Amino acid sequence: MKLSGSDILVRTLIEQGVDVVFGYPGGQVINIYDSLYKFSGELKHVLTAHEQGASHAADGYARATGKVGVCIATSGPGATNLVTGIATAYLDSVPLVAITGNVPNTTIGTDGFQEIDITGVTLPITKHNYFVGRVENLADTIREAFRLAKSGRPGPVLVDIPKDVQIAMGEYAPQPLVQPDPAQPAKEIRIHQAAACINSAQRPFLYFGGGLITSEAQDELLALAERIDAPIGCSLMGVSGIPTDYPRFLGMQGMHGHYACSMAMHHADVIIALGCRFNDRVTGDRAKFAVGTKIVHIDVDGAELGKTVNPVHGLRGDVKKTLQKLLPLVNSAKHPDWQAQIAMLQEEEAAGLDSREGMTPRNVISALNHRLGENTPVATDVGQHQMWAAQYLNLKTTRRFISSGGLGTMGFGMGAAMGAALGTGERTVLVTGDGSFGMNLNELATAVSHRIPLVILLLNNGVLGMVRQWQTLFFDKHYSNTNLDARQTDFVKLAQAFGAQASRVLTLEELEGAFTEAFACDGPYLIDCAIDKDEFVLPMLPPGGSMDDIIVRIGD
Amino acid sequence: MKKFTVAILVNNQFGVLNRVTSMFRRRQFNIASLTVSETESEAFSRITVQSEGDEIKKEQLINQLYKLPDVVSVAELGDLETVSRELLLIKVKNDPDVRGDIRSASDAYEGKMVDYTKESIMIQMVGDSRKIDNFIDLMRDFEIMEICRTGIVTLQRGGTTIRRVTNL
Repeated sequence: MKLSGSDILVRTLIEQGVDVVFGYPGGQVINIYDSLYKFSGELKHVLTAHEQGASHAADGYARATGKVGVCIATSGPGATNLVTGIATAYLDSVPLVAITGNVPNTTIGTDGFQEIDITGVTLPITKHNYFVGRVENLADTIREAFRLAKSGRPGPVLVDIPKDVQIAMGEYAPQPLVQPDPAQPAKEIRIHQAAACINSAQRPFLYFGGGLITSEAQDELLALAERIDAPIGCSLMGVSGIPTDYPRFLGMQGMHGHYACSMAMHHADVIIALGCRFNDRVTGDRAKFAVGTKIVHIDVDGAELGKTVNPVHGLRGDVKKTLQKLLPLVNSAKHPDWQAQIAMLQEEEAAGLDSREGMTPRNVISALNHRLGENTPVATDVGQHQMWAAQYLNLKTTRRFISSGGLGTMGFGMGAAMGAALGTGERTVLVTGDGSFGMNLNELATAVSHRIPLVILLLNNGVLGMVRQWQTLFFDKHYSNTNLDARQTDFVKLAQAFGAQASRVLTLEELEGAFTEAFACDGPYLIDCAIDKDEFVLPMLPPGGSMDDIIVRIGD
Repeated sequence: MKKFTVAILVNNQFGVLNRVTSMFRRRQFNIASLTVSETESEAFSRITVQSEGDEIKKEQLINQLYKLPDVVSVAELGDLETVSRELLLIKVKNDPDVRGDIRSASDAYEGKMVDYTKESIMIQMVGDSRKIDNFIDLMRDFEIMEICRTGIVTLQRGGTTIRRVTNL
């Protein structure tokens, strides 16, 4: 059938299983919005307050559901406003399709009004991008974008569509859902070599990142851990990959990782690393990382093998498929000495845990834990609150920790929480800080207009806490531009002005009361939770340091 | 630093060279030489790049290239099993005292004089990079006005082609 380009676009999105898109209209997508109007019964559009919010919402939707998130923006500033969201998705391997309008083909290259070379701008932050010059190519380009976004290591794909292509008439024939490229295990020989290495381990350590979640390899991971009697740790991106309270699980490793986890990884003789990329927040000083330790690294992206650390065995392949082939080759083992050492590390960690009473970060997150359902997604922004959430949250279900790990995007949380809530149909918690929240709080308008059930737990310390922590430790307490006191923002009134409910809490008792209201609220509810500005995220591995430099407590 | 050459077969579409070189730039792979041309098939272009670095850097480069959807295949080209050529055009000042020497040097290197005026002599030369380098060095004794060289083009010897390299 003959349809306009914009109708073809919307029909193809519906055909590809999209149920909600996030976006913002404008001059060069007005035809697309006309088609969205026409097909509004089949495809829901969520109007955000800013295109950045739309990109983060599509990202949060994708992280929580595993499906491809879709956002739409107009040319020029609309497109550039997506950039931070696209980069966030790129660094965390989130499947995203971003659609932008552009000026008509005849105006391209003339610096027309709101013209920007968005395929050029997004070249280094997308898996791939397309400029669709002809309506004949539109539907297949969209399908190809979906295939690429979800194949192998997922990531964002941008499709730029000039206005004349949206208007032009073209042939459209529905196609089935495109399938991602089939997942392949690593090469047989490499799996055998890796198995021999694992069988020789005396102090094995299993370590996973976000790739385990993408590959859905939880069962295989746990089976391997049981077989070889190994403790398990994860990167920030791995959080929620397996239940927090799984007995062998030591939590997160890295700059602010759990003490026992970081130390166990440091003392292991074989690290089996699954779906992760050993970024600098994980390794610290690379020259001092895992010295004398054998690393078996399995990742679907071959370019990650040997990029930052040198594995003894680098296996390019899908984590789940590779583990399935690896498992029968691995011997059952018991490592009582190693387990005793782990138990001692855990005791040390427990003894060093913050046991103060009152509104400490740990107590606040613990109170939140009691309110979380099996499936409640928890999104975060970026900073101290993000690390406290990663350290103390008790999560039971995979894809329920939604956090910007690679790019560390302050302002990610509001959009991401909305996307996660709409994708899962679950009330969603956003743990944020006053700094991050300030960046995209305009999205309260979106949450109110769509009555999205959000519990916004704002840890308000009146400072940019993470930078302040570095200033305290490494810059002689020169608190340059990290004090927000002068702002005098009343977050309760602010939320109310947007039409959201809110309350301020100064004690744990008040927090409990606020939670009760918030978790029953029909729409967003903001809790302005006062915490001290001198709270630290600990332990801390100083930037560029090694495990020997780990800071466990401050000032004594 | 050790130099190495890779040939990259890519989809013949606008912007693909930009995608490839953009990856080189952002991951800080040096480009010592670069040539691009159409191939025996209209569907593909061939990019020949000389870069430098150790074995790990080379592997990383090839792996990163394979992540670009427009890259069809990558072949690493060692010195022994390949033929490499470069084309040089060099313009030197025409001076009655030295024109004989310039001609002798050019003849010894199998160069060809392709332009001759009162002011200048232009020589064309084909050969591997080392020969071209040596000839340019020789010409430094005279007054070089301008140089243009194409960068390396390389093919594997025998029946092997880049189309048969599918994966590493």
